Amino acid sequence: MKRLASLFLAVLALVAIGVAQGALSINGAGATFPYPMYSKWFDEYHKKNSNVEINYQSIGSGGGIKQVTEGTVDFGASDGPMNDEQLKAYQDKHGFPILHFPTVLGADVPTYNISGVSGELNFTPEALAAIFLGKVTKWNDPLLADANKGVNLPANDIVVVHRSDGSGTTYIWTDYLSKVSDEWKNKVGKGTSVNWPVGLGGKGNEGVSGLVKQTPNAFGYVELIYAIQNKMPYGKVKNSSGQFIKADLAGVTAAAAGAANSMPDDFRVSITDAPGKTAYPISSFTWLLIPSKFSDGTKRDAIKGFLKWMLSDGQNEVEKLSYAKLPKEVVSKETKDLDKIQ
Amino acid sequence: MAGSRSFLSKLGDGDEIARLVTFIFAGSVVLITLLLVFELWRESYLPRHKFGFGFFVTSVWDPIFDKFGALPFIYGTVVTAGVSLLIAVPLGIGAAIFLAELAPARVSDALQFFIDLLAAVPSVIYGLLGVFVVIPVMRQYIQPALKNSLGFLPFFQGPAYGVGFLTAGMVLAIMVIPYIISVSREVLISVPRDQREAALALGSTRWESTWKVVLPFARTGIMGSIFLALARALGETMAVTMVIGNTPTISASLFSPGYSIAAVIANEFTEATGDLYLQSLIELGLVLFLLTFLLNGMARLLIVITSQRGSGMGQA
Amino acid sequence: MSHRLRWRKFVSHFMLTMTGLCALVAVAVLFFILGYLVYHGGTSISWNFFTNLPAPVGETGGGMANAIVGSAKLLLLACLLGVPIGFFGAIYLAEFSSGTIAFVVRYAADLLNGVPSIVIGIFAYSLVVLPFKHFSTLAGGFALGLMMIPITLRSTEEFLRAVPRALREGAMALGASQWKTIASVVVPAAYRGILTAILLAFARVAGETAPLLFTAFGNRFWSPGWNQPTASLPVMIFTYAIAPYDDWHRQAWAAGLVLLGLILIINIIARVILSRGVAVPRT
Repeated sequence: MKRLASLFLAVLALVAIGVAQGALSINGAGATFPYPMYSKWFDEYHKKNSNVEINYQSIGSGGGIKQVTEGTVDFGASDGPMNDEQLKAYQDKHGFPILHFPTVLGADVPTYNISGVSGELNFTPEALAAIFLGKVTKWNDPLLADANKGVNLPANDIVVVHRSDGSGTTYIWTDYLSKVSDEWKNKVGKGTSVNWPVGLGGKGNEGVSGLVKQTPNAFGYVELIYAIQNKMPYGKVKNSSGQFIKADLAGVTAAAAGAANSMPDDFRVSITDAPGKTAYPISSFTWLLIPSKFSDGTKRDAIKGFLKWMLSDGQNEVEKLSYAKLPKEVVSKETKDLDKIQ
Repeated sequence: MAGSRSFLSKLGDGDEIARLVTFIFAGSVVLITLLLVFELWRESYLPRHKFGFGFFVTSVWDPIFDKFGALPFIYGTVVTAGVSLLIAVPLGIGAAIFLAELAPARVSDALQFFIDLLAAVPSVIYGLLGVFVVIPVMRQYIQPALKNSLGFLPFFQGPAYGVGFLTAGMVLAIMVIPYIISVSREVLISVPRDQREAALALGSTRWESTWKVVLPFARTGIMGSIFLALARALGETMAVTMVIGNTPTISASLFSPGYSIAAVIANEFTEATGDLYLQSLIELGLVLFLLTFLLNGMARLLIVITSQRGSGMGQA
Repeated sequence: MSHRLRWRKFVSHFMLTMTGLCALVAVAVLFFILGYLVYHGGTSISWNFFTNLPAPVGETGGGMANAIVGSAKLLLLACLLGVPIGFFGAIYLAEFSSGTIAFVVRYAADLLNGVPSIVIGIFAYSLVVLPFKHFSTLAGGFALGLMMIPITLRSTEEFLRAVPRALREGAMALGASQWKTIASVVVPAAYRGILTAILLAFARVAGETAPLLFTAFGNRFWSPGWNQPTASLPVMIFTYAIAPYDDWHRQAWAAGLVLLGLILIINIIARVILSRGVAVPRT
């Protein structure tokens, strides 16, 4: 018995040590919005550079901001850019600034689970705000029916689903609602974690898709790829030019077009409710939050190496997962900024 | 002290060394516990100073405007625990009566063995079954049925999401039943035989002797088992967060989604940006800890009282 | 007269049948859980599950190899912390002390036992994760070890106390010192119970999820050494169960079956060991 136990311990120790050698382990955490893309990227990058393991945990953008500020992870990720207060908090705590690096463009889509309705519903900004404010409670409400003539909307209660965790996807959604609805702006506001008037909470994009998929009459907002991967229907949203646009590569790219040339130096920009006839109104960049100084030189080089790859080869992978590529101007600006990481 | 002595005389002090060494280990338990309580207290000073007792009666939880109130979480924790007890106590005591009074000893032991195994099932497995079995059943069958029959009561109104207070209460009930059963069974078994035999000799039926004599005798111990179960239900995290709906709501309807203290900590701890936010969550943890501490203490007291009674009496 | 008696007898039979039903329901739940896990988990268990790392999101073919090893490492650390403190602390309580100190230690252990597991997670986060600036296996193992301490301590103490005085006195009459008596007479006499206590504590923390959420965190790859975040079975079950991917659901069932199977087997072994030994009061 004793011999067996010590043998087991020896094996375990060997495994632990053996795996410890060679692999440089880098930890990141944050947004669930780009998680399918990041997990694919880090997997690919590891295949090409077997000594670098980038472990990314999707705990929500709020978590990404918090943990990278605490220093418990090497980098963060968020689809809601850090606000000035959070940037200052980071600077105060670490003594150097943190940098935002856009990675892909994505879209928040309104997804639903209504029996008998498998096609695309049309959503006006007024309808979206009213549903999430709790003022429109039934699927066949005139506000919805008017935009969806010919569709048989049932008289069932809408089961609103939102995020229960701190989320950049929420930030994008509430940022859009704040722009199109004064009532939303004053009553709820925009942020990664808001005081929702109604609805159930799901953890991560994964949790919200799970809830919507399993709950009849549910209605939630998720990143495009989650709706696609889980074969869930998602609707069109009316943009600022009055067109109903379904989220896709063209619509998201169009939304970013205006921002591409006027990108601020710190890359923090909102492209919701963007102008343009073909623009999808709930689009957004998503960012990696990278500290500008690394005490560990090998880690810094590994991260810079990844970012370089991400901006070149990595961009060729994004469309397969329905994310849009970064505009050329943004890519070249970012590549120059890589030198800021020391 | 022992450093300069020779090896042989140290052996003589072996007992002292052993005492010292084991004392250090035992003392470390006290140290760790003190440290834990201290950390909880220290890391929650911001909300304690800012909100004071208002923390417990405010129902707003708004990270953007830095307003934090514990009421929805306390409400959810209490309601789900209450629902779980409503279900688990009758079932548990009933089963305990069967095991203690009726079943032959071998059957009783065998069944108790299975019930002990039930107590060993981890929370996340209950959550797994909760998500894929209990929620759909609740949403498709049980909640509509309750709505149709008892929908006039405020408890059973509102849309049937499947998740919510009732579902969480049901899952918790299954989790705490083994505690009620095993403690109540022991307490019932320890009731002296003469009590039963006296009742039967006076002409009561088996049930009457159980209900009117044995149970009242064991009442304190059974209360203890209920407190134990309650303490367990309050601290449950995973199973609850997977089926409660994760929305800080206060509602009379059991169909409504809600939140519990443990669930909100699990969901929001890693992302609480801002000290006030994080410390408010820690204060919630402190509250939960105090609640379970009180309940466990009471439970132990009640169980000890009963067992003393049981062994003390029997001569009168 | 006889009418009323018949009614009372009927009530008696009815109520006692109901209690039988209650017992049946309670036991049936266990078999339902097992059956469901075996059915859904059994069909999802594959060689991939045990040997592959998790695949990128949305792709099939991934496994939980790193979670299984991660859980093993976490539990190893938990035992390294929980067992010595519980065991030696219990020896102190049973053999060396009495009165106030013993009362304080027992009280503290009971307090620690009652702490909700999520609060233990908070404590481990502030004590281990923040200072080291790392989520780590170490932090997770620390949290689990804390939970093992009170269970091991109290149970071991009970079993040590149950060893008959005669054994102790016999050894000391032969000239053995106290610690020698403990080491060569008392502990071996109680070893069955002590082993049971350790196994039960182990099984208890093997399934814990909440304390790992912000200590061990998670890892899509192997976790090198002890200072990096690691995947673990319970956390994977949680993450996969609430997600929408069917493949993840299947893996969650498989993991649930593996986890529950392990815990139940340990429980059964522990109780069998106990029943073969001295009959001692259960805590």
